[in-house]
Amino acid sequence: MAARAGDVTGLGLEPGAAGAVAGPAPGLEADVRAVRGVFAVEARLAVPRGRVLAVVGPNGAGKSTLLDVVAGRLRPVAGWVRIDGRVVEDHAVHVRPERRRVALLGQEPLAFPHLSARENVAFGPRAAGVPAARARAQADEWLDAVGLAGLGDRRPGALSGGQRQRVALARALAAEPDVLLLDEPFAQLDVRTAAGLRELVRDQVRGTGTTTVLVTHDVLDALTLADEVLVLVEGRGVERGRPLDVLADPSHVFTAALAGVNLVVGRVDASRGAAGGVATVVAGVVRVPCPAGFPDGAQVQATFAPTAVEIATPPGGGPTPARGWAATVVDLEPGPAGVRVRTDGDVLVDVPPVAVGRLDLRVGAAVELAVDAAHVRVRAR
Amino acid sequence: MTTAWATGRGEAAARRTDDAGAPGVPWVVRVPAVLALALLVLPVVALVVRADWSTLPADVTSHAAVQALTLSLVTSAIATAVCVLLGVPLAVVLARTRGWAADLLRAFVTLPLVLPPTVGGIALLYLLGRRGLVGQGLDAWFGITIPFTTTAVVIAQTFVAMPFLVLGVEGALRTVDPRYEVVAAGLGASRWTVLRRVTLPLVTPGLVSGTVLCFARALGEFGATALFAGNAPGVTQTMPLAIYSAFNGAGVTQGAAVALSLLLVVAAVAVLLAARAWRPGRAT
Repeated sequence: MAARAGDVTGLGLEPGAAGAVAGPAPGLEADVRAVRGVFAVEARLAVPRGRVLAVVGPNGAGKSTLLDVVAGRLRPVAGWVRIDGRVVEDHAVHVRPERRRVALLGQEPLAFPHLSARENVAFGPRAAGVPAARARAQADEWLDAVGLAGLGDRRPGALSGGQRQRVALARALAAEPDVLLLDEPFAQLDVRTAAGLRELVRDQVRGTGTTTVLVTHDVLDALTLADEVLVLVEGRGVERGRPLDVLADPSHVFTAALAGVNLVVGRVDASRGAAGGVATVVAGVVRVPCPAGFPDGAQVQATFAPTAVEIATPPGGGPTPARGWAATVVDLEPGPAGVRVRTDGDVLVDVPPVAVGRLDLRVGAAVELAVDAAHVRVRAR
Repeated sequence: MTTAWATGRGEAAARRTDDAGAPGVPWVVRVPAVLALALLVLPVVALVVRADWSTLPADVTSHAAVQALTLSLVTSAIATAVCVLLGVPLAVVLARTRGWAADLLRAFVTLPLVLPPTVGGIALLYLLGRRGLVGQGLDAWFGITIPFTTTAVVIAQTFVAMPFLVLGVEGALRTVDPRYEVVAAGLGASRWTVLRRVTLPLVTPGLVSGTVLCFARALGEFGATALFAGNAPGVTQTMPLAIYSAFNGAGVTQGAAVALSLLLVVAAVAVLLAARAWRPGRAT
C-alpha cells in the first residue's frame, strides 16, 4: 500500500504548495452565489496570479455559470469577484465584460469567419487601440508561437478544426487578458490534435503567466495543466487540492469516477467478523474488508480499483457469501481492461472479455464480488 | 428515385446533381410552379415582343427618357443611402428587442409594406404638406416646402423601401451566433466596436440583399410619388411616372412607354447582377 502524498483534501482553501511560497500575488479571487435558470452555484475561488485552476464536475454542476460570473455576463445573486486585487463585481460594482480583461476560449474556436487568421489575432490589440500595422505584426508573432506561421492570410474557413482552435488561443492570448477562461477547449478535437493543443496551451499559459480557469471533463486536462483542481457537484465545491492528490485519494463519488476508482461510503461493522475476525465496511449491499483501527459504527469511505474486484457466479443463489457480497449486474460496457461491469451498489468491476463468457455475465445476472483487504483504502469521514 | 452525389468540382458537377434531383418534385407541385414562373416571365416577354425596335433607340435616348432615368437613379440611390443609414440602426434595435415591444415595433416597420403606396402618399402629404402636421411648421418657421420637390420623391421612395432593408437586415442579425459577440467583448471590444467589426460584417450578405431590394423598390415607386411629389418633368417625374404619362398618350406614343419600360427593366436587372457579382464576406 502506497503512502499518501499529503492530506490535501476536503475544503481547505490553501493549495498544497501555497504554504511554502510567501504570499502569492492575488490573481482571480471570487466568492459568489449565482443562479441561472435551474442551475445554482455557490463557490469560492482563489487562483494566484499566473496559476491554473481546473474546475471539474458533472453536467449541470454550475461550471459554465461560474465562468459567466467571472466574465461579467451574469450578475451573481451575492458575493464578489476580484481580479488582481481590483473589484470587478460585488453588490454595488459591475464591470462590463469588455472592461474586465477576461478572455474566453471555448469548445468551439468561434474564429471570426469574415477575418483572416491574422486579423482575428489582431482583434484584441486593435480593440485596445494598438495601430493596425503594429497589431498585425504582433498577430504574426502569436501565429508563429502557436505553430501557424505563414497561415495569417487564411480565413478560418480554410483552416482545419485544430488550426482554428490555435487561432482562437492566439487571439485570446494576444489580448493580454488578466484572466483566461478555458471552457473545455479540447472537447471537439480528435485525440491527436487535442494532445498537441494541450501541450501548446500549457506552454503558452505558463510562458505568459496568465491566470487561468479551465473547465474540463477530462482528467488528463486537470493533471497536465492545472496547479489546483476544484470539484464542483450540484453547485457546490466538494473537493479541492493539487490534482494528483485529489485524484489519488478522492473523497467524492464523482471524483472517484473521474479517477477511475470505486468509492463507497458506509459504516464499520466489527461485530460480524465474517472472515477470521476482520471488520468490514458495510455500505448498502457492499461489504469490503476494513483494516484495524476504526471503531465499530464509525462512518468511513472505502476506495478500490475496478480491477481489484474479484467476481464469481454463485453456485445456486446460496446464502450470503463467506467473503465479499452478493450483487446484480446492472450493465456491461467496453472498459479499459476489456469489459466494465456495473453492479448494484455502484461498484464497477473490470473483467477480461473471456471472463464475461465464462461467467455468463448478463444484465440482471447474480454475482458474488469480493475485494482483498490489501487493495482497499479506508478513511474516516 | 436516384440519388446523385456531387463528386466532381465546378459548375458541371453541380448542374448534374440538380438535374438528377429534379425528379423528386411531385407533379402537384411542378404544375403550379411552372404556372407561377410563366406569370412572372411572360409579361416581360410580351413587352419585348411588343417593342417597336425601329423607334426604340430614339425613344430611349430622348431627352425626356434620359432625364427621367437619371432622376430615378439619383433619387433611388439617395433613398437607398438614407434607408441604410437609418434602417440598419433600426434593424439592430429591432433585433435586440424582446417580447411585445418587438412585435409592436415590427408591425410599425411592416406598415408601409401592407399599405397601398397611394395611401402612403396621402399620409405623407398630411404630415409634410403645407398644412400638414410637421409641414406647416417647416413652412412658417423655415420657409421650407417639401411636396412636389425632388426631396419629396426621395422621401416617398424612402418610406416605401425602408421595410425591405430593415426586415432583411433584422432577419440576418437574428441568425448571427451571439457567441461571436461574447468572444469579442472578452477581447476588450466595446459594444460599438463589436457591432462595427463583428456583427455587421457577419450580416453583410443580408445587408446586400436588403439594399438591393430596397433600391429596386425605390426605383419602381409610383403611387406615393405621384400623390406626394407630383409629375413635373426633370423635378419629380421618375421613370414609372414618365412611363405612365407616355402610356396615357400625353403627347407621345405608347411605343415610347414600352421603350421606357424596357429601359427600366434593363436598369433593374443590371443592379441585381451587379449585387450578385459583388458578394463580400464569403468564407474562403
